[in-house]
Amino acid sequence: MGIISRGFGGRRRDSAPELPPGQYLTHDFPVLSAGPTPRIPLDRWSFTITTEVGQKHTWDWKAFTALPAEEITRDIHCVTKWSKLGTSWKGVSLDTLFEEVETAADFVMAHSTGGYTTNVPLEDLLDGKAWIAYEFDGEPLEEEHGGPARLLVPHLYFWKSAKWVNGLEMMLDDEPGFWETAGYHMYGDPWLEQRYTGD
Amino acid sequence: MKTRALTWRAATVSAVRWETPSARTLTLEVPDWPGHLPGQHLDLRLTAEDGYSAQRSYSIASDWPGAGPVEITVQRLDDGEVSPYLADIVEAGDRIELRGPIGGWFVWRATQPAPVLLVAGGSGVVPLMSMLRERGRLRARQPFRLIYSVRTPEDACFADELKRRVRDDPGLDVHFVYTRKAPDGWPTPPGRIDVATLNTHGWPPDFAPDVFVCGPTSFVETAADILVALGHDPRKIRTERFGGA
Repeated sequence: MGIISRGFGGRRRDSAPELPPGQYLTHDFPVLSAGPTPRIPLDRWSFTITTEVGQKHTWDWKAFTALPAEEITRDIHCVTKWSKLGTSWKGVSLDTLFEEVETAADFVMAHSTGGYTTNVPLEDLLDGKAWIAYEFDGEPLEEEHGGPARLLVPHLYFWKSAKWVNGLEMMLDDEPGFWETAGYHMYGDPWLEQRYTGD
Repeated sequence: MKTRALTWRAATVSAVRWETPSARTLTLEVPDWPGHLPGQHLDLRLTAEDGYSAQRSYSIASDWPGAGPVEITVQRLDDGEVSPYLADIVEAGDRIELRGPIGGWFVWRATQPAPVLLVAGGSGVVPLMSMLRERGRLRARQPFRLIYSVRTPEDACFADELKRRVRDDPGLDVHFVYTRKAPDGWPTPPGRIDVATLNTHGWPPDFAPDVFVCGPTSFVETAADILVALGHDPRKIRTERFGGA
């Protein structure tokens, strides 16, 4: 236990649901982005998986939204300390997108419009653990929250759920993305409180 | 890759001072503070007697001359769990756990040669103040402009210091935007930041300034959208948003 903060009581937490360490509950939906929000017209949107040998699998908006989609309800945890419970999304499972992809690589770099990147192990994207989401709460995903479509990897800190995602690049070795280069953890498990390099 | 872990340190509050009726600066003596760059933040952890703890991130307001204390400026959020404690209860002599510095993106380095535009909404001025102080200490030559949006003149943090810095530093301009109440004799009625303000008091896009925008989400969205529409390269605009959407 840390140093006692004289006079600090904190909120009543008898009824607080269990959250990952260091997190607090929020009911709104804060926004965290490193730059301006890009505006991406749907007729110019595309999503591409590129394998380690350069093979590309690309979907435009029409083909992408014609894929089987799932309703997803999950808790999300931002490294800036807020958690939001029971968020509901609609999106395409990465299992669906990877059906035709042949790869021997174990790591993925997600790329976004605007230049953002984040690295995730492939096994964290498969077996029902990740989606490309395009609806939130039954509405098209707002641009400031990553619309038209964002990666959704709710079991990792939310910076891994790249907004405005436009592609996944297979990597043989794990390499750091944008925030990972800036001192954030390579993996980012909220239950292990892996916020920063070395945690 | 750095592999150094960020360890929790027991800081001692050595002084507190009010900046506005709802924002207070805490001066923190941090043992073995590794130093920070202007724009970075730290994580602070409070622990109640029953072991319950709460963590929050706060931007660092001070620059780092290589030694000395670290300052954070905390805006009280009435429905907050931690900020009312920091704004109203903490006193000099209290100890607080913190770790940092954190964040390697929303950072100004004096080696960046471009002119700098700082755009602050409310307490979003705090990390930008660290940049201004760094500039002042290093007598940096890059010209700086700060556009600072506040509700009323009484809500402006660091008002006297900004006035003094503008007086003493020909390379620094500060323009206030008042959203609810302007000072007597102010040339324009209160209003939100707009195209005219950023066009007149920012830098032309041709100057390729480094732009830092910090404030509540809606403020940052508005300001960043306008800057992009004015022709600024989105990759040169660094943002930090706080609060609910």
